[in-house]
Amino acid sequence: MSEPATDAPGLSDAERDELRRHGILLTKIEELVNLGRSKSVWPLQFGLACCAIEMIAASMARFDIARFGSEVFRPSPRQADLLIVSGTVTKKMAPQVVRLWNQMPEPKYCIAMGACAISGGPFKQGYNVLKGIDRFIPVDVYIPGCPPRPEALLHGLIQLQEQIRTAKSSGPKTTRHLRPGDCNYPVPEFGDRDLEPPANPAVWQPPQIVRSEKA
Amino acid sequence: METLEQIRDRLLARFPGAEVTLVTNPGAAAQHSLSLGLAHAAAMALFLRDDAELKLDYCSNVTGVDWPEKEIIESTKVSVPDPAGGPAKIVEQKTKRIQPGSLEVVYHLYSMAKKHGPVIIRLRTANRTDRANVPSLTPVWRSCEFQEREVFDLFGVKFDGHPDLRRILMWDEFTAHPMRKDYVEPDDYEWEPTPHGTVLDKAKAHYPPSALVAAAPAAPAHGAPTHAAPAPKEAPKP
Repeated sequence: MSEPATDAPGLSDAERDELRRHGILLTKIEELVNLGRSKSVWPLQFGLACCAIEMIAASMARFDIARFGSEVFRPSPRQADLLIVSGTVTKKMAPQVVRLWNQMPEPKYCIAMGACAISGGPFKQGYNVLKGIDRFIPVDVYIPGCPPRPEALLHGLIQLQEQIRTAKSSGPKTTRHLRPGDCNYPVPEFGDRDLEPPANPAVWQPPQIVRSEKA
Repeated sequence: METLEQIRDRLLARFPGAEVTLVTNPGAAAQHSLSLGLAHAAAMALFLRDDAELKLDYCSNVTGVDWPEKEIIESTKVSVPDPAGGPAKIVEQKTKRIQPGSLEVVYHLYSMAKKHGPVIIRLRTANRTDRANVPSLTPVWRSCEFQEREVFDLFGVKFDGHPDLRRILMWDEFTAHPMRKDYVEPDDYEWEPTPHGTVLDKAKAHYPPSALVAAAPAAPAHGAPTHAAPAPKEAPKP
């Protein structure tokens, strides 16, 4: 099934590849923009816990995140494209993380790095750790691990680049930042027992238990 | 270093009327400690720091202990004489007694000058609610400042004379004390698909019972696909 409205009418990907072999390049502005975006994703220089050490290692010479165009760690959220939530998000830190996310310009992407950022990890049963940053922020790529090795972070980055490269600007699979009404991420407030609200219902709903019966 | 008994005796001689009791630790560590009465605690701490023999100039650790209210049932055996003149019967009598709860602050002291330690002292509050006060030892050992704030944050012990008694780990609007044994944590678990143990108990409060029974034959909850009654296949088209 091809995307009817966005793809060139009457030309499949195989046919375009065939034309490309004969020296005729058929493309769209959208694809060029996506290609440019995916090859220079600037992360925010922002670390929370031990995963940040692996993120630093990924940025240094041995693993060299510069090979994928992401070496420019920006110290300001106004210049960053990618928020790597690298580590445990305590409830005390969560409003600041959401605020940083709100300060980043669109298009922006989020990687939840490590077990803590995904679900709370080993601190899930505790009282003071947010059980996954996806309660407040839409996460594009989850990287499991405790902490993930730098190779895993690079793999996650490549996955994100793949997502960016195939992003659609219209149709049912429109990329997140072009959808209407998806730009407001309320910053949670400190309540007397917990964050208020404990999750953003527009982003996250509690999972439902689905049991299949025994065969 | 002097033994704790010697330190206790010297403290009692130096501060007449003060309460100093030796708390023994029956465990393998055998780290015994001195429980100091609150009235003279600050003065006794100064004495421990400045005494020429002890010179406990370094407080390495401050922590808290929560002792909730506890009901203790004591059984005593009483021999009741038989009125008929036979042998006396032994009757077990049970008495209930409520041990009041309290909070305790434990300080581990070392001497950098004399290279000995630790000497462990304890301060015990009167109760866990309105009289949860102890004198702060931050004026004696500066290193107590943040650790006393932590004990204040997590246990709710109020330190009289602390220079800056604020919460240090939780946010300022937080009202509970998480390390107390009767703390109820916020209900924000993300329920796991296969809950067990305490998570299962909590999941029961959130989901209908049919969703938690593994082999529920009917009424699949939350749109689970059912295999018990497969949909009749469409008749093949001619």
